Amino acid sequence: MAGELGEFLRIVEISIGVSLAATAIAAAVSLPMGAALAIFSFRGRRLLVVLANAFFGLPPVVVGLVLYLALSRSGPLGFLQLLYTPQAMVIAQAILAAPIMTALIHRASERAWARYGDELICDGASRLQAIPQILRIVRADLLTAMLAGFGRTISEVGAVILVGGNIRGLTRTMTTAIALQTSQGELSLALALGAVLIGISISISATVFALAGSARMAGSDEA
Amino acid sequence: MIKLRFLLALTATVVAIHSAPAAAESIVLASTTSVESSGLLAKILPLFTAKTGITVNVVAQGTGKALDTARRGDADLLLVHDPEAEAQFMGEGHGITRRQIAWNDFVIVGPSADPAHVRGGHDSVAALKAIAAARAPFVSRGDNSGTHAAELRLWKIAGLTPDMTTGEKWYRDIGGGMGQALNAASAMDAYTLSDRGTWLSFNNKGSLVIAVEGDPRLINRYDVIELNPQKHAGARLALATIFADWLVSPEGQRAIGGYQVNGEQLFNPSAAAPK
Repeated sequence: MAGELGEFLRIVEISIGVSLAATAIAAAVSLPMGAALAIFSFRGRRLLVVLANAFFGLPPVVVGLVLYLALSRSGPLGFLQLLYTPQAMVIAQAILAAPIMTALIHRASERAWARYGDELICDGASRLQAIPQILRIVRADLLTAMLAGFGRTISEVGAVILVGGNIRGLTRTMTTAIALQTSQGELSLALALGAVLIGISISISATVFALAGSARMAGSDEA
Repeated sequence: MIKLRFLLALTATVVAIHSAPAAAESIVLASTTSVESSGLLAKILPLFTAKTGITVNVVAQGTGKALDTARRGDADLLLVHDPEAEAQFMGEGHGITRRQIAWNDFVIVGPSADPAHVRGGHDSVAALKAIAAARAPFVSRGDNSGTHAAELRLWKIAGLTPDMTTGEKWYRDIGGGMGQALNAASAMDAYTLSDRGTWLSFNNKGSLVIAVEGDPRLINRYDVIELNPQKHAGARLALATIFADWLVSPEGQRAIGGYQVNGEQLFNPSAAAPK
């Protein structure tokens, strides 16, 4: 029984760890990118914005397949030996989360830039220096973007099962475990795991949202 | 921004934690879904790991996919059950040794109502003919797995080539694993071919019962294949050999033979006397 609990906790740990890591990596790209797309005007900007929005619907299984072929030992990135590791799952999920987060941040930044852009430039900030300023102004939306990214990653199964391989104790996440339980006809176990997945994902999102909400109240004078 | 920094720190931690098991001595075993979903590997791998310290990371796929995974160099060892596809793999020079470790058998399962009147028989080919004649629903794996290959061999012997795309709606190719096929058969009151191990450990049988068993053509052999170091230099073949040798050793064979579900033995160890 202790073994089963241990295995269950390991599955939860892997799921949350991989999703948080993927969300963080996607954020590191999406935050500056989303703001830059609102602040700078350059050739191809429009295209990038359209792409970010279009990739909302990026099919996870296709991302998984392309990444699988790339990371395979006979693929171009095979030397990294990342296939069937948690790191490969993090990469796949970051690719899935980044466009959503970029598009959401861009949309908020665009509004903020329209409103405060001239002011920021008058204050002597270069456009590059304006990026953190804008992100500061839209920080509530950053949270929404992060939660959207996290939601996309924690609930995803198609990509992680391909590049992770659903290896017990190493790359088995809650979603791939549910798929496995279902395939063994353990429908009630699969359903129970599904309930846990929903519970954990809701609690994390609610906690972050509540924490950020109180932070926003506390910092409202300075805005 | 503090949040971001926190998340990045968390990322570093998570990646560090997760890198640890991969860095320890481990191999990737590409196996058929049946040895995984029957629970056999979960039972015997801890014994091996306790003895040698080598972790075996199992990627459960159909035999066809598992062989392809090894061809691409993404596995260190194979545990599969399709004699013809394995022979081709060996012929291409990808494998260096191929040893049988166990056998069990396939069974044709179907709804207890038995619309094709095949229940209790021991002739799998006659049963398939009857199912086709009655146009009773039949679920095919359709996933290039060892069980799918076995099913196609039986249809070939029966002289039939059922294909749903040509209007034979009773033949349902689901393109999925054994468990998915059993779930589908259970939901559609259909017949299907299953390996006995997965069948015995499957928990959503619904009205499904064994319809046909005990036909010599239904023997199901499991082989362990070591890869050719000249083709797969990057693989951790020395560790893989330790595991392959353990599987055929008296200790490994005892572990395989000792695995039971509800008092039934799922796999017959056969390294010493291949079936």
